[in-house]
Amino acid sequence: MLRSSEKFAVIFFLAGSLLVIASFMGLETSTYLMNLIGQIAAFSLLALSLDLIWGFCGILSLGHGLYFAIGGYLVAMHLVKVAFEKTGTPPDFMLFMGWEDLPAYYFGIESFAYLLFLVILVTLSVSLIFGYFSFRSRVTGVYFAIITQALVYMAMLFMFRNDTGFGGNNGMTGFSEIFGLNFRENKTATILCGISLTVLGLSLLGCKKLVDAPLGRFMRAVKEDESRLRFLGFDTVYVKLTAWCISAILAAIAGLLYVPQVGIINPRVLSPELSIEIAVWVAIGGRGSLVGAIFGAVVVSGLKFILTGLVPDLWPFLLAILVVGIVIYLPNGFSDGARVFGSIARRLVSAPHRKLQS
Amino acid sequence: MTKSDQAIYVSGLNVSFGAFSVLKNLSWLVNFGEVKGVIGPNGAGKTTLLDALTGKTEYQSGDIFVRGRHNIKGANEPVIARLGLGRKFQKPSIFSGLSVFENLEIALRSGKAILQSINQLTSHEKEKINETAVLIGLSDCLGKDAGTLAHGQKQWLEIGMLIMADPAVLLLDEPVAGMNGEERTKTATLIDKLKGPEMAIVVVEHDMQFVETVCDSVTVLHDGQILVEGPMQDVKENPQVIDVYLGRDSENA
Repeated sequence: MLRSSEKFAVIFFLAGSLLVIASFMGLETSTYLMNLIGQIAAFSLLALSLDLIWGFCGILSLGHGLYFAIGGYLVAMHLVKVAFEKTGTPPDFMLFMGWEDLPAYYFGIESFAYLLFLVILVTLSVSLIFGYFSFRSRVTGVYFAIITQALVYMAMLFMFRNDTGFGGNNGMTGFSEIFGLNFRENKTATILCGISLTVLGLSLLGCKKLVDAPLGRFMRAVKEDESRLRFLGFDTVYVKLTAWCISAILAAIAGLLYVPQVGIINPRVLSPELSIEIAVWVAIGGRGSLVGAIFGAVVVSGLKFILTGLVPDLWPFLLAILVVGIVIYLPNGFSDGARVFGSIARRLVSAPHRKLQS
Repeated sequence: MTKSDQAIYVSGLNVSFGAFSVLKNLSWLVNFGEVKGVIGPNGAGKTTLLDALTGKTEYQSGDIFVRGRHNIKGANEPVIARLGLGRKFQKPSIFSGLSVFENLEIALRSGKAILQSINQLTSHEKEKINETAVLIGLSDCLGKDAGTLAHGQKQWLEIGMLIMADPAVLLLDEPVAGMNGEERTKTATLIDKLKGPEMAIVVVEHDMQFVETVCDSVTVLHDGQILVEGPMQDVKENPQVIDVYLGRDSENA
């Protein structure tokens, strides 16, 4: 599975770039389909980010929705500001508050470069501060997972407030255009989907390079036996912190890609459910396998799109059955499955040979 | 003996967990060039002594000096390890998901600055890994996952990982536990090869015969204090040792 990471990265990258080019040349596509693929690509990137720290460094976060939301809310601010500059009226959620103008912290965010800078800055600050103090205090395992969950829950409670300028419980919506492309145009969905796939491909390649590099070996060593590493003279805080921050930035980029495609962000992305769902994707796809994490995100969110339409009441139960089944029969998720099915297939193929020989 | 001959000097060390005092005003010296055995009944404080030496356990009072001059009070594990204290644990503690080569590579890089630790290996460093692999008898298994090694091989790999950092002191906690006779002999040979004027080796072990084979002198710990110290031959005949450790009544009793 691991060896095929590069192959998949190239496929995602090429498919994404082709989509962008084709849409500029006038390709007409199904907006629904493009939106679906684009959203799943964003989720895949989110799964990849969690796999990087959980699968390779042994740090389980049940609060990665926080970083996803940082990217999501910042891009929503960008889109609101762009719409405001066009129309001169603030979005509804601000009008309800009686605000005539956007708050001061929207300053400059209409620039996309500044937006990217802010996403990196805010994500790095939050992940560095949180990571440094947790890792230095040697909070690990389930305790660490609980703290990440508490943090994302706190952020959700804060975002539910209506007076923050981030839309409160209704969320932020009413976006008109991105890069000068109107959201009503068919082209926009295709281009956003293409960009998401391209970014996913690049990130997959980057993660593959990272886990194969010496730093990646240290990450695996932390996962295997952190105290051994300390007694060898290596301060593990910095390896964990580096992996943690890279993972947080990938999650934020996923949020940045996701929100323009769904056209809304509200505090529900900060609910513990989403953050746990990310862990479910990775567990199902296979911890420690980059392609596996993406596969898990695609399968589970794909199933969710289909089944919540067909049998909405049954979806939680079906998901639960899937999770329990995977945990019992394929402890390493589908990446185990590939091995199991592979060996069954080999046995089927080689069985006649053995008979001939005997 | 001058200060520079001292590999480890422990002075008035007290370690207690709550009201229970494990090490009581312990003073102890290990010189370079020496292979020192530490024996004693269960609960004597052998592993606690190693824990205090390597920064795993805090001590209430007393001082520990490494290489004659570095007082390690308050230092954490990585800092102490960088001073040259390498510790092998009772249970083989290696990175089982990584190959033997990668285990040695990680150990080699661990003692270095972060930025140095992400460079490609130099040919000199690769050679060092190969030499160590030959020394610990694992040169044929460099590509194998460490988790698939036999128990004895895991123990040797862990010792090999310690050697990669050019330690001044090797602390070996039960290096031959669970080994068969042949593996014990190999381990004894390995320790003999490692022995040198620049190195002090501490062996905590229950196997008396092994201790007698590899160690120059022996410290007997009992109840958090040093009962007696000296060559194994003398220690074996010491009535106090026979009394507390071998569990037999001494003739003087």
